[in-house]
Formats: sequence, C-alpha cells, structure tokens
Amino acid sequence: MSGKNTEVEQPLIDAKGLRTDGRKLDELRPIRLEVGNLSRADGSAYIEHGRNKIVAAVYGPRELHPRHLAQSDQALLRVNYRMATFSVSDRKRPAPSRREHEISMVLRQALEPMLFLKMYPRAAIDVFIQVLEADGGSRCASATVAALALADAGIPMRGLVAGCASGKIDGKIAMDMNDIEDKIGEADVPVVMCPERGEITLLQMDGKLTQKELAKILQMSEDGIHRIHEMQKAVLLEKYAQIRKEIGEVPEEEAEVLAAQKPEIEKDEAEKPKATKKRTKPVKAEKKEDETKPAKKEKKTKKKTESESS
Amino acid sequence: MDVVAEIDRERITALLREGKRIDGRGFDEIRPITINQGLISKAEGSSEAWLGQSRVLAGVKIQVGTPFPDTPDEGVVITSAELSPIASPVFELGPPKEEAIELARVVDRGIRHSSSINRTSLCIKSGEHVYMVLVDLYVLADHGNLIDTASLAAITALMNTQVPKVNITEEGTAEILEETFPFKMSAPPLTITFAKIDDTLIMDPSLEEEQVMDGRLSIAIDGDDTISSMQKQGSVPFTYQEVIESVERASKIVKKMRKQLPQR
Repeated sequence: MSGKNTEVEQPLIDAKGLRTDGRKLDELRPIRLEVGNLSRADGSAYIEHGRNKIVAAVYGPRELHPRHLAQSDQALLRVNYRMATFSVSDRKRPAPSRREHEISMVLRQALEPMLFLKMYPRAAIDVFIQVLEADGGSRCASATVAALALADAGIPMRGLVAGCASGKIDGKIAMDMNDIEDKIGEADVPVVMCPERGEITLLQMDGKLTQKELAKILQMSEDGIHRIHEMQKAVLLEKYAQIRKEIGEVPEEEAEVLAAQKPEIEKDEAEKPKATKKRTKPVKAEKKEDETKPAKKEKKTKKKTESESS
Repeated sequence: MDVVAEIDRERITALLREGKRIDGRGFDEIRPITINQGLISKAEGSSEAWLGQSRVLAGVKIQVGTPFPDTPDEGVVITSAELSPIASPVFELGPPKEEAIELARVVDRGIRHSSSINRTSLCIKSGEHVYMVLVDLYVLADHGNLIDTASLAAITALMNTQVPKVNITEEGTAEILEETFPFKMSAPPLTITFAKIDDTLIMDPSLEEEQVMDGRLSIAIDGDDTISSMQKQGSVPFTYQEVIESVERASKIVKKMRKQLPQR
C-alpha cells in the first residue's frame, strides 16, 4: 500500500545543496554489515544500506541437483535474488517476477569473475539473496552482501565485490541514490566493482546522460565502492578476530586492538578473502591442531604479525 | 529430508525413556521466545520471532478488496509462507511444496478461526470494500518446530500492525489515507506442537527430535482457552487419550506464554 504521496515537482536537492534525506551529493547512505547471521547456511551476511535490508545465504561447494546441470570442468554458480512481499510499498506478488529473474542473472555475472569455479568441477555454489525491505539500489546492496556471504562460507575468491548506484538528480550527479531519487531522478547507473582489481562486474544504466556525466558518475561510484569495500573487510576481520579470541588464539586485548584498527591494517592487502577462508569453518578442528601441533600455531602467529605490519 | 543415523534415534529414545530430552529440556518445556517487532518500515506490521534458534520473519500488508460473496460484512485475513533456501540446506527454490503449504495453512487456520480478530471490524462498506490483511511468513532459520515459531511471528506482526484509514469517494472507489489506526486484536491464539516419538509426546520439538519423530500434533489455543485449530501430521496413529492430554498440557503452557508476549 502506497504510504507516501511523492509529488513529482518536489525538488530532490534543496537550496543548501542537500538531498531529501539530508545527504550531500557525494555521501553514501548509512551502511551496517553483519556476517554469519543465518545459522543454517554455510555462509551468510546481512546488510542495511539506507533502508535496504537484505540477507544472503551461501551453500557449497556442494553436490549439484539436478545432476544433468553439472559441468564437467567447473562448478555451477547459481544466484537467486528474491524480494519479500512486504519489502515494497505495494505488496509484491509471491511468484518471482521478470525483474527478479533478470537481477538474479546480472548478480550471478557480477559474482562469477571473483570465484575459482574450476576448482570444483561438477559441484554447485548456491547464493540466495532475500530482500526484506527495498529502498533503491537493492541490486548493488545485494552484490555487497552476497560477496560477504561467499567469503563467510570460506569460498576462495579473487576479491570482494561491492555495489553502488549513483546517478543524476535535478541536473546534478549524486552518489548512492535512494528510492525517490531512483524513481524521479534523471538517470540511474548501478555499478558493482571489485575495487582491488579495478574491475566492473555489473553495469546497468537507464535515463539520459552525456559522456562526461557518465564518466563522473562512474568515478563517484568507484569512490563509494571503495568506502563500502573497507567496511566489508572490517566486518570480516571483526568476526575472525572474535573467533580467534574465543578459541584462545589471540589474547583478548590484542583482539580488541585488531578489531579497532581494522580499516587501516588492510588498506593495500589484496586477496584478503583467501586468508579469511582458512579461518572460517573448522573452528573446532583448528583448536585440536593447536593442541597437538605447536608448529602450526607458530605459522599462524607469524601471519597475524604480517597483517599487522602491512 | 536429512539422513539421520539410526544411532541418533536410539540416543533420543533412550533418553526419553529416562524422562530426559537431548537438549536437557523437560517434556513440557518450550525453548526461549524472542520477539522483535516493527523491523520492516514498508510493511504495515512486522515481527521476527525466535523460538530457540528457529527464526521466522512475518510481514503484514493491507489492501482494500472486495469481500467474499458469502461474507459481505467481513474482512479477509490470509497467511502464506515460504520455506526459503536461506533457512535450511534442504529447502529448495520453486513453488511452495507440501511442507510450506501445510505450515501456512496451519498458522492461517489458527488465526482465522480464532475469536481474537473481529473480522466485521475489517469491513469498510458492506458487499463492496473490505480490508484484506495479508500475512507473509519468511523462515530465516529452521531449527525445528516452524509451526509454533511462524504462528508467534504472525500473531506478533498483527499486534504490531497499523491499518490505514480509507475514504470512500463519491464514485464509490476506495481512497487510502495517510492516517492509521492500530489493528484490533484481543488475546491471540497460540500454537503448541507436540512430537510423538515412540509413545512419548514432547512439546516444541527441536530439529533433531523432528528428524526422528513418528508424528506431530499442533494445537492452537485461543485467548478464551478454547481450541481454534489442530493438525495431526505423520503416518502414526494417536490415541484418544493422547489427544485429550496434549490439549490439557498445551493449555497450561499457553497461559505462561501469554505473559511473555509484547503487550500493546
């Protein structure tokens, strides 16, 4: 049911240059990230990006059903983007829409280049994205949360992708468009990137833009994506600092320091998800190893100091 | 269904014979309840219910529609559920299967036949416009007994619901206004599910217990201590005595549960 009555004449930028939600033109909406929030999934994550609320679950690599879909040389990545019926103003019908099918496809293609699918022939990696509340830029936020869930599942990745949809409102270029800006603005450009590799893995656009404007929008989104990327790394590090604290691998104070400094620690560290992979699942197994093989423990401490110094 | 080793079943049944459950609970002890209301601002009402680690999110959307011809003065309340793959590695995509449909229908009947919702109060203009209250359930984590978890989520979401006022224009169309009023509901029905393992009936089965159970009995107890719906599941018979005793046990626990629900 449409709660709001947005008049089209309403300006999107006020006299002070602020947007309808009080943001500056180059400001992101508030973002909150969580990892490991779904208890039955192999990997999971949650994002609040503005009023977007999205959960993602990852399973696999696991046996692929139905088996005739299996690829003999690589794993099959399946991505499913779904919106809850109550996630939008007018109730969405429960059956998947054309829009959901398309977004599932572009998100799969946005994530695929980050994975080493050849490592798992005949297997399946399933990513399920459920939008609980939508607020403009939900496909970009979905890419951000899906990448985190994949990392949380311990699946090796070339890098983390993150998304940001910038565009043009009232003749000006604006970062990270919200619902109203998306609906009545002049152009919307959803972008998903792996900032560490400078690769754009999702790009869509609708509206009307000059070449210069497009260039500016892409730069602006890249800037936003860099900021989101730092938050992604921070939340993953925080979780693993917590796990290491729980298994007694890192003294409590040190874990706190680690958690507090995280964005700086990692600035130029590439291939982060690979490192997180080792620490994901086998918490119990690691514990045992530590008891029996002190040599291994040494290795890990070395790694920790490395990441501190970089 | 997950494959359960015979040894798991043996362990659970052996414990039950000693009067114990695998997670240490008593036979009539339900897992802790947590309710988070109003998480979804685009829904007219919402609530996330946790029963132990089982977790269901319910959202309420309200539309204006035409009443059923046989009940021209009554609004409509419909509950549906989705067992999304995010909730369990064994749930699959696709149209709702037997299990999801049963879940939605059992929760739906518990609410539909309860006296806590006065459906005539959801009538806007007799025979023409009524409120359609659509409750959608999304399971976020399956750790057993989704029926009771979903029913808690649905009820607390309804308790959280704000209904928009409607104006009937001169042409007779319904116009939705900004102004709202709280959804009217008296003491709601609460559902209690028993798992039957051998000849023992235990309340609020966990996932492990569900995997080895022979049958299940769900009972919704209304605000006035009457029964508003029941569902027996599984290909194992229940005796007359078992049914009567279960209702009695459920009624006792429901009285305690009511105190834990958010007040409005």
